[in-house]
Amino acid sequence: MKFKNELLTEYFEDKLAVVGLVVFTILAIFAIAPALFSYQNPYDLTQLYLENSFQAPNANYWLGTDEQGRDIFSAIMYGLRVSLYVGFASTILSVIIGFTLGLISGYYGGWVDTIIMRIADIQLSFPAILIALIIMALWGAGIGKIIIAITIVNWVYYARTARGVVLSEKEKDYAQSAKALGMSNFSIIFKEIMPNTTAPIIVIATVRIAVAIILEATLSFLGLGVPITEPSLGSLIANGYQVLFSGYWWTSVFPGIILMVLIISINLIGDRSRDIMNPRLKR
Amino acid sequence: MALLEVNNLNTHFFTRGGVVKAVDGISFSIEEGEILGIVGESGAGKSITGFSMLGLIDKPGEIVSGEIIFNGEDLVKKSEEELEKIRGNEIAMIFQDPQTSLNPVINIGDQLMEAVLYHNKKASKKDAYNVSVDILNLVGLPAAEKRMKSYPHQLSGGMKQRVVIAMALLNNPRLLIADEPTTALDVTIQAQILYLMKKLSSDFGSSLILITHDIAVVSQLCDKIAVMYAGRIVEYGKKEDIIFDPKHPYTKGLIACLPKLDDDKERLYQIPGIMPSLLSLPEGCYFKDRCEFADAECDVYPQLQEIDGRRIFCHKVK
Repeated sequence: MKFKNELLTEYFEDKLAVVGLVVFTILAIFAIAPALFSYQNPYDLTQLYLENSFQAPNANYWLGTDEQGRDIFSAIMYGLRVSLYVGFASTILSVIIGFTLGLISGYYGGWVDTIIMRIADIQLSFPAILIALIIMALWGAGIGKIIIAITIVNWVYYARTARGVVLSEKEKDYAQSAKALGMSNFSIIFKEIMPNTTAPIIVIATVRIAVAIILEATLSFLGLGVPITEPSLGSLIANGYQVLFSGYWWTSVFPGIILMVLIISINLIGDRSRDIMNPRLKR
Repeated sequence: MALLEVNNLNTHFFTRGGVVKAVDGISFSIEEGEILGIVGESGAGKSITGFSMLGLIDKPGEIVSGEIIFNGEDLVKKSEEELEKIRGNEIAMIFQDPQTSLNPVINIGDQLMEAVLYHNKKASKKDAYNVSVDILNLVGLPAAEKRMKSYPHQLSGGMKQRVVIAMALLNNPRLLIADEPTTALDVTIQAQILYLMKKLSSDFGSSLILITHDIAVVSQLCDKIAVMYAGRIVEYGKKEDIIFDPKHPYTKGLIACLPKLDDDKERLYQIPGIMPSLLSLPEGCYFKDRCEFADAECDVYPQLQEIDGRRIFCHKVK
């Protein structure tokens, strides 16, 4: 395929990456407008009938139903929406916070750098899930809260990457000559250096979206994530897990497969974008 | 009154190995419209002198003492905010390597317009665009309008240096500091760029400080010359005096190094030895170890002598 943008053209040279993008786009469309594709609104209790509970996959309920007669296919659509929303929102927030702190840290150095980077180091020395667990245990469940918890876990990665790039960029002549042109430090950081550091941040952000979604799913699986009234893929899996060994495997397995497919598609996109944005990796 | 007057400037770097006196008590001045050449070998403190003018000395360096009187005001005493208004506006700087002194991910036009808008908050985008195209035409960049959309990597080294010069001239600076502006360019382009800078500085009426290790360049362009050695000025005066009648042994050596057409010597002259490390300077005259005239007298650093308006630091010049 040929596009005006060279990077896009290059992206499409890799078949697997195209598959990843197509799968992700389909899932994203489901997530954006689940009502268009689903048989019922799984969270409107007036649409659920208990006599339909635990039906195996059939013509009416393609992926079966759960204990409340909820259509699993519809529930997955709505669950995808929550998972992707949490993934993207927390990633955007952590990029904004981490990128800014990393730029400032790398540019100014000294005690500002020491404080920001030591906080990052301390945080990295704990497992991400533990930090998120503590935050969720303190605050309780809720979509807004889980977004903040994941942001707190993830900003570190952007901050460290940005800092590393800034350390080398700020010594380059263009940053010096911007200074000689009378630019303030603020303008130099955000107008001159920032555009030169975005490529690695975009790449990491793509990969970390997947990590954020998994973290959310894990927390929801443990019952600390999103509230039960608005289940994500993780809480659907948890919900089905309780009856998994009673023979109702579809309640847990299908959301699990969709989560897996989602993560793989994002990772394929992430890998490819890393390849095309880092010319040094090219052969 | 001189446009810029530097009095006993000291810029030191406080490193782990000790204090490096990169600029050690130098004084010079430059009149409106004048071109001053600062010559010396690598590490003589030429660039640091240039950076000091703009207050662009980063830690661990510091301007320890001295005055930089620009337009009647002492720049050393100015705050960072006040200096930002002067940089790129009244004093502009051209860097050594055009390959890296433009931002690689922003196109030429945006970089130029940014520099205009930064110092003229009231200017509209259209004004900035017109000013930028005009200046690109002025520095002789072909197809200026088209080049506004180019990225630095799409231009050749000479074209990039023209853009860098254009950027420095955007706000009609009264003083332009060019730090080895032609070192990274090949010889034919060098001549063009130097001629361009001389022409522009006389058209704009701005003064120019040309920092270079190439005394041939200086002899073509400058009105005055300051020869630096190990952080100090050793000889300072009018170009004609210094080029045709060098007094200090170091200046003599530099001029002797130039190839001459009427001479078929196999090898060019070279000054023996290397410049001492700024961390372990010898007692007395810094040049004595390389100087053929040195004797016991040279174990004390020479006093300033003024001969016909020229300043020399050497015992052997009487």
